[in-house]
Amino acid sequence: MLKNYLALFFSFLKIGCFTFGGGYAMIPVIQKEVIEKRKWVGKAEFLQMLALSQSSPGPMAVNTAVMVGYRLYKTTGAVISFLGTVLPSFIILLLIAMFFPLIYHDPAVVSIFKGIRPAVAALILHPVYNFSKEVTYWEYPVFFAVAAAVYFGFSPVYFIVIAILIGTGYTIYRNKK
Amino acid sequence: MLYLQLFYTFFKIGLFGFGGGYAMLSMIEAEVVKNHQWITSAEFADIVAISQVTPGPIAVNSATYIGYTATGSVWGSVLATLGVCTPSLILMLLISRFYIKMKDNAYMANIMRTLRPVVIGLILAAALLLFTPDNFIDWKSYLFFGACLAAALLRVSPILLIVLAGIAGYFVY
Repeated sequence: MLKNYLALFFSFLKIGCFTFGGGYAMIPVIQKEVIEKRKWVGKAEFLQMLALSQSSPGPMAVNTAVMVGYRLYKTTGAVISFLGTVLPSFIILLLIAMFFPLIYHDPAVVSIFKGIRPAVAALILHPVYNFSKEVTYWEYPVFFAVAAAVYFGFSPVYFIVIAILIGTGYTIYRNKK
Repeated sequence: MLYLQLFYTFFKIGLFGFGGGYAMLSMIEAEVVKNHQWITSAEFADIVAISQVTPGPIAVNSATYIGYTATGSVWGSVLATLGVCTPSLILMLLISRFYIKMKDNAYMANIMRTLRPVVIGLILAAALLLFTPDNFIDWKSYLFFGACLAAALLRVSPILLIVLAGIAGYFVY
């Protein structure tokens, strides 16, 4: 049993180590490790897990890891795959947080980050452009209203809760008809 | 007290963090930069940049970094990271247990549809919130921004973009 737990842990540790750029970059890596190499879950089942992970709040890689871990060894498995996924980024970012302040005021570092900060704004804006090409007419006003409201200080939580309530209400209404 | 606040704040971010890392950024910005002022807007942009070139989910990366910066202690990191992941852990365990009932759920499908424009709006807000004097110091910043947006649209990888912007920054400033 311990051997199986270790295999699960190291698989997700590997996934946590080599997935740069967040959620979507992780999918092919998880897929390769979990379906092709280890054959822990079938492809159809994995796609379903992926859909559920995407529809749930929180980091998608963590969600997927927990589902695969649970599928294999129940709650113990979920905790093991969770730790494997999170530990690499936890350790790396902790080290950066500890040592980055030591070089933060170095003139070279200051110049480098002056160039990087506007790039970050562009990177975040990029997916908005992609989405906006497929936005339908009723989504436009919602999209702009939310962006403006959050920009001017309203908490994003309100809009997420409202969207969930409307989605739920609409389903109840449709079911009654 | 600060530790509890960190855990609670990141728990909230994890619980309402629909739509992936970029959508969560606006929530992290609202809570951590505007509300609690644990870090500045410039530091926040730095964390996002660092997250692009290090492995792991952006929400976990930010939680770990901000937890340490806000408290100066490893425990701050641990609590913030656990905070952002605990909702995922609990929810996914529940969903896994009741797996069969969740398949093809009409509620889920409709909620996802209403959430979509909200999530895109949140990402736009996250980008707009970075337009501060901290991050955009002069006209050259806007040039950097325009060039990077064009490059991103041409499918240059985010890691390469951050590295190139850093190199350019080193020579320009």
